[in-house]
Amino acid sequence: MTGAEFVPLSLPPLVIGICAAIACAVPGNFLLLRKQALIGDAISHVVLPGIVLAFLVTGTLSAWPMMIGAGIAALVAVGLIEAVRRLGRIEPGAAMGVVFTAMFAGGVLLLEQSDTSSVHLDVEHALYGNLESLIWLDAVGWSSVFDPEALAGMPPELWRMVITTLVVLVMCVLFWRPLKLSTFDEGFAQTIGLPVNLIGLGLVVTAAIAAVAAFDAVGSIIVIAMFICPPAAARMMTNSLEAQVLWSVVFATVSAVLGYVLAGYGPLWLGFENAVSAAGMIATVSGGILALAAAFGPCRTRSGAPVEA
Amino acid sequence: MSLDLITTEGHRVTSSTEFDAPLAIRGLTVSYGEKPAVFSVDATFHPGEMTAIIGPNGAGKSTLLKAALGIVKPLSGLISAWGQPMASERARIAYVPQRASVDWDFPTRVLDVVMMGQYRSLGLLRRVSGAHRKITLDSLARVGMESFASRQIGQLSGGQQQRVFLARALAQEADLYLLDEPFAGVDAATEKAIISVLQELRAAGKTVVAVHHDLATAPEYFDRVFLINTTRIAEGTVAEAFTQPNLQAAYGGRLATAQMGAAI
Repeated sequence: MTGAEFVPLSLPPLVIGICAAIACAVPGNFLLLRKQALIGDAISHVVLPGIVLAFLVTGTLSAWPMMIGAGIAALVAVGLIEAVRRLGRIEPGAAMGVVFTAMFAGGVLLLEQSDTSSVHLDVEHALYGNLESLIWLDAVGWSSVFDPEALAGMPPELWRMVITTLVVLVMCVLFWRPLKLSTFDEGFAQTIGLPVNLIGLGLVVTAAIAAVAAFDAVGSIIVIAMFICPPAAARMMTNSLEAQVLWSVVFATVSAVLGYVLAGYGPLWLGFENAVSAAGMIATVSGGILALAAAFGPCRTRSGAPVEA
Repeated sequence: MSLDLITTEGHRVTSSTEFDAPLAIRGLTVSYGEKPAVFSVDATFHPGEMTAIIGPNGAGKSTLLKAALGIVKPLSGLISAWGQPMASERARIAYVPQRASVDWDFPTRVLDVVMMGQYRSLGLLRRVSGAHRKITLDSLARVGMESFASRQIGQLSGGQQQRVFLARALAQEADLYLLDEPFAGVDAATEKAIISVLQELRAAGKTVVAVHHDLATAPEYFDRVFLINTTRIAEGTVAEAFTQPNLQAAYGGRLATAQMGAAI
């Protein structure tokens, strides 16, 4: 494939896919260790009613109202999950399950009842996104990457996703120590004066920002998969949190690239006519990586741990 | 916080030595549901003392420690450390949680866990210096775990895990040490190592308070006991407070006579 084909058609979806995967996978490491992995699932479902409401209020599908609506819905969901968990005294997983299915179902009903036929807003779009459509028509080849005029025509999703990814990475590096400490031992963290509730909320909000930005670009399937599969696979490769986060970034990137290429060309290689959904394939590849790590990863079990009575 | 504040609450605080104690608890009541776990408890712990908090399961021993540290919110009561609000004296207080309260499959090494004891001096981004490393390794050496520094924590035995937690508390270089069941499920060698470290701390004038389960070893290991069963039953030196009537009052019918015979 030449640069003239690759840059306009494949470069933007690849960059967006990679960034979305990394932005979700990095906070996913901490959510997984805190036994809150489902929160990514929850957030990516509850943004649907937020987006539909934003559309009903503003009447447009432009990005900012959507993002704000999704963000508000995510925060409402986080609040509701906490409320259900504390008032109902039930375990967090169940609280998340109740809240996100109810809100997602509400979103589907809203969508059916409202007239969204004129715009591209439907359940399939919410689930799979439309990665392949994020193309860069102003590009003529690799030289366009350095051409400010051509760059101005880049899909806006790309800039949002790149910035979101950078924000997530900076937050992760900046708050690494308190995050690690409070994830490992919350009681101890409290006694040295760390604001553990604020740290937990900050993590969930960061995850929500990543989920909303990624949802906007690539749909909820990738978001759900990337919060869990790369970190879970990474955990089986290493016994160090630092290395685990780096492995999760590698796995997220490999999933995005391999998934995109397989979706675009895999069916053609097999003799089928049409390409398949890139989002679906990226999520599938990440699941495949997790399966391989579970089968062959070096740190799958606590081998070496003394047997205790 | 002032002396007035405490006396207007109606609790008995008079002497200034009691007021300046490393840990003073007044009228502490904590409740998780409708029934209080700790009810109107007063306690004072002094420098150079090693106190065992003793009581049956569910008597509020751990809750007392957690409320003193601000981990659980009390319904009422005052906690002061050296006469100041506890929150302003956190740098001088070290805590050893129950070993089972964390996930030992967490991907990290022994060295990193002990280094957490120095978070207050490391902060968000300060580089780990040679001094930090030295304190960490010295703390590990004091509990006999220096050769385990780069071991993954999931590979430790229960006793080794407990010693790592104690090393982290030592790395805090505190003046008051609060330990929750430090001897629960550990081997004899670890028990010995822990008790000798605690005795060193006492000799250095530190204050040591530990939730303790084993009545048989309490009088040998500790010089003071604090008996609790939701309310305070007794407090004092082993000779004063660790008596058959007090233990009967704390444990009620649950304390078998044979057990009591072994204890006293």
